[in-house]
Amino acid sequence: MARAKSRGDKETVAEQPEASKEQLLEYYRSMLLIRRFEEKAGQLYGMGLIGGFCHLYIGQEAVVVGMQAAQQPGDTVITGYRDHGHMLACGMEARGVMAELTGRRGGYSKGKGGSMHMFSREKKFFGGHGIVGAQVPLGSGLAFAHKYSKDGGVCICYMGDGAVNQGQVYESFNMAALWDLPVVYVIENNKYGMGTSVERASANPDLHERGTAYGIPGTKVDGMKVQEVRQAGEAAIARARAGEGPSILEMMTYRYRGHSMSDPAKYRTKEEVSGVRQTQDPIEGLKAILLEGGMTTEDDLKDVDRDIRSIVNDAAEFAQQSPEPDVSELWTDVLVDA
Amino acid sequence: MPIEILMPALSPTMTEGTLAKWLKQEGDSVSSGDVIAEIETDKATMEVEAVDEGILGRILVAEGTEAVAVNTAIAMLLADGEDASALDAAPAAGSGNGAAPAAPQPAAQQAKAPPVASAPPPAVSAPSTAEEDKFFERTQRVTVREALRDAMAEEMRRDPTVFLMGEEVAEYQGAYKVSQGLLDEFGPQRVIDTPITEHGFAGLGVGAAFGGLRPIVEFMTFNFAMQAIDHLINSAAKTLYMSGGQMGCPIVFRGPNGAASRVAAQHSQDYASWYGHIPGLKVVAPWSAADAKGLMKSAIRDPNPVIFLENEILYGHSFDVPEDPEFIVPVGRAKIVRPGSDVTITALSIMVGKALDAAETLAAEGIEAEVIDLRSVRPLDVETVVASVQKTNRLVSAEEGWAFAGIGSELAALMMEHAFDHLDAPVMRVCAADVPMPYAANLEQLALPQAQNIVDAAKAACYRT
Repeated sequence: MARAKSRGDKETVAEQPEASKEQLLEYYRSMLLIRRFEEKAGQLYGMGLIGGFCHLYIGQEAVVVGMQAAQQPGDTVITGYRDHGHMLACGMEARGVMAELTGRRGGYSKGKGGSMHMFSREKKFFGGHGIVGAQVPLGSGLAFAHKYSKDGGVCICYMGDGAVNQGQVYESFNMAALWDLPVVYVIENNKYGMGTSVERASANPDLHERGTAYGIPGTKVDGMKVQEVRQAGEAAIARARAGEGPSILEMMTYRYRGHSMSDPAKYRTKEEVSGVRQTQDPIEGLKAILLEGGMTTEDDLKDVDRDIRSIVNDAAEFAQQSPEPDVSELWTDVLVDA
Repeated sequence: MPIEILMPALSPTMTEGTLAKWLKQEGDSVSSGDVIAEIETDKATMEVEAVDEGILGRILVAEGTEAVAVNTAIAMLLADGEDASALDAAPAAGSGNGAAPAAPQPAAQQAKAPPVASAPPPAVSAPSTAEEDKFFERTQRVTVREALRDAMAEEMRRDPTVFLMGEEVAEYQGAYKVSQGLLDEFGPQRVIDTPITEHGFAGLGVGAAFGGLRPIVEFMTFNFAMQAIDHLINSAAKTLYMSGGQMGCPIVFRGPNGAASRVAAQHSQDYASWYGHIPGLKVVAPWSAADAKGLMKSAIRDPNPVIFLENEILYGHSFDVPEDPEFIVPVGRAKIVRPGSDVTITALSIMVGKALDAAETLAAEGIEAEVIDLRSVRPLDVETVVASVQKTNRLVSAEEGWAFAGIGSELAALMMEHAFDHLDAPVMRVCAADVPMPYAANLEQLALPQAQNIVDAAKAACYRT
């Protein structure tokens, strides 16, 4: 296979046109939907309506919303277990996601998958994977399918800072670079893999350099700023679509909540969390841009908030009213009828 | 109406906790995301964040209170414009957890199916293989190696989404020459040499199957698939179920399985029972070239992940294979390769040949053995075995793997469930010695189940010495 590509790190992102007012308002709305959805999910978990594992995305909203804005229809998305935000950003219905969290038949997986296992072929969302790092070869395989079928699509393959020390990630990087697969690896670096900081887990904590051995360019991006995410995403996606192979985007972000619901958060200080929240919050940051730029008013944003709350409350209501799966579902979907 | 703030659960097992501290006081305004209190359990301290906006109107549970039940109202939040008088009007204020929506209880009606429901009911008649038999009117002698290659080539001609990937499958023509000629015919887009990276390319294959292709993934041997087994099981086998039926994974994982010759412990393991254990997989292990071809075509067309266990020693063996390209063998059907009346011998893969050898020896001593080639491990053709045992009243299971939780163990259990009253002797298991495979020729011979072991087991089952 012909292999001509630039090697080494990419430090700058090509200048892209600024987002329009309408786009910025849409990003605001998408991020707020994820935030309010996750807060509600946390509340339902606290009420015992959601069981098992529940990994909230609060704080990281700008990453998926910015990347989604950079994608084209036909591009595929795959991620690990902290996946609620990705599904909402892809356009999956809040009702179906929340009802899956409560394990009801109205959920995307009919209540059989739960928080970490939801999919939508229609929205090109391929999960939702619970084994740390497993989504990276899977996403590379989706990219392989794009290339094989020449459909022009690109796979956006997310992983956390914890996943980057799994061996299969590098097996995937090697094949993706070897075969110029159309994939963008998005590392969501929220600074902690469960309770272990990046510095305590990674010999080189500059995770965007992890593709250096394979000639995969890596970029460090402020993942709390949705426009910067979008710009970096557009460049990497364009590169993949042009047949130039994979890229790595390291999104510097932060999760406000614990790793999962039962995380005592002893590994970081309250001041650290509140500091990020007060100075870098992606939603407050965009809100300030919108207000200072005269693109909207407090009242208009309150309307957005009200609207989002009604979507989320409706989803929560649906997720509680939807019945549990019929007991006959125990035996279905094990195999496709041949 | 004021909003109740409830005592949250930190985990599905938490029933109560200590309200350690209030971080907001009555009269404070609260926005969503604000930390309002801390609660403690024996495992952790957690912050309670507000979900709604408003004024903290009344604290119902004082800080320091222990054993506060989950879902107890701990405070009341006044919405915009409400004043404190609303608190007293609220029906549930201070009333404990009565107003909280209850978590769903496990369905009162348990699934009716008992644990053995996956096993089919006792058979009265075994399925016929007559459909297959008619193809044997015109055959040619073909090796197992060629039969596998021909099946892949025919299916690749039929369906452009089928491709082959693995180590040395293309330019080297296959480590065991199974893919000989495929690169020439189909080109490097569809016959793909991978790096030595089993975990990676197995996962990549599964992703490609999710993406609409039909990959054939070759493991140079199944010993190396242990590096990749997470993707075979967690990604390929389980995703259909976890997605509520959305995410089918049409993929074939194939390669030689079991012992070759003198390659010692790490390269000589039989994985039939490992993969046979997993719902969501189909597992086949053919013996003859005809079955290798017919089952490979079925496996490639199957919408599910199929584990295709080949055998290196059998690759060079020749068999009569139907010439008709429409010949296909359904997954899940066993085949009686030698009829008999005195004892049933079941076997898989290379053990079928040993079972037939044993049957010859037994015949010379007046014992007519019925030999069943199971061909598929999952689904297992229980009907054919039960029907045979109903006739012979004795079963000997031969496999190359270890006895513990093996195919023979499963068959023994199935016979107790479905043919207990027909058994005239205990089910006998012929298996590998319970040791890692030795290298020395004499020890290897002892470690592997041989035809004589089957003869001895069959005679024991017939109470003959």
